[in-house]
Amino acid sequence: MIYNQSKLEVHFRPAEPNDLEQIIKLDKQVSGIEKGDYWMERFTQLHGGLGGHIFIAEKQNAESSDLLGFIVGEVRAWEFGSRPCGWIFALAVDPEYRIQGIGEKLFKEISSVFKENGATSVRTMVARKDQLNMSFFRAQGMMGGPFIELEKAI
Amino acid sequence: MKLQKATQFGLYAVLELARDPQSQKSAVDIAKKYGISSNHLAKVMRDLGRAGLVASVRGAGGGYRFSGNSKRVTLMDVITIFEELGSDASDGLNSPHRIDIEDALLSVLFEIDEITQATFSSITLDTLLKTIHWRGQK
Repeated sequence: MIYNQSKLEVHFRPAEPNDLEQIIKLDKQVSGIEKGDYWMERFTQLHGGLGGHIFIAEKQNAESSDLLGFIVGEVRAWEFGSRPCGWIFALAVDPEYRIQGIGEKLFKEISSVFKENGATSVRTMVARKDQLNMSFFRAQGMMGGPFIELEKAI
Repeated sequence: MKLQKATQFGLYAVLELARDPQSQKSAVDIAKKYGISSNHLAKVMRDLGRAGLVASVRGAGGGYRFSGNSKRVTLMDVITIFEELGSDASDGLNSPHRIDIEDALLSVLFEIDEITQATFSSITLDTLLKTIHWRGQK
């Protein structure tokens, strides 16, 4: 799907194995942590039909394309007593291309497939101090849900 | 949780003006709409003006208009003009003279404060105004 946001033409599609390198690079740029093994495992699960979705946003050039953002999630059911729900595990947009609707479009794309997969709600987890992502998800209409995350150092 | 009256009035006013940034409204009109004291609101408007969130418009039909960026200004930005949120929990956590029960209670209050602040800091005026539309769709 092509989405023309003013002058920037962005193409949205499900991720493919050859996107892996750019996803790892953008994730490292945004999070500051390289998680090559995590992404390899995600892609293996995805292409092994074990569930999950990865959508990417890209800017197409004459001979190549630049990854501008990605979103990762899957529908999970009955964990913590929760009915089928779409979980967003990760979202990143290249800092140079933010505030142009790319994250919003990625959110809509994955929400749409969650719905097709039987979910009636979408859920994520955000660090309390991560105002950027929390503001983004709130601006998509997300609010505090019926669960509270608890943890303990062990 | 309960916000102070000035904070509530400040939020009403700034959201009312941000809802239609081209419009200008007087403190009396806003006070009438929300059933609040216009004298109290006039003082609140001056504080909002000093913070750069509203600008007064002189002349006939004058009043106030929103002068901030509703996609950037958060509820927390407005609240902190009028009050400091939270208990004394964060001060207490740094005290070397804490008793164990006091310490345990403070850690619970600190947790609540952090969640409250994170919530207010993540909701922009634009997002809050959009929730009116979302609630209407339910």
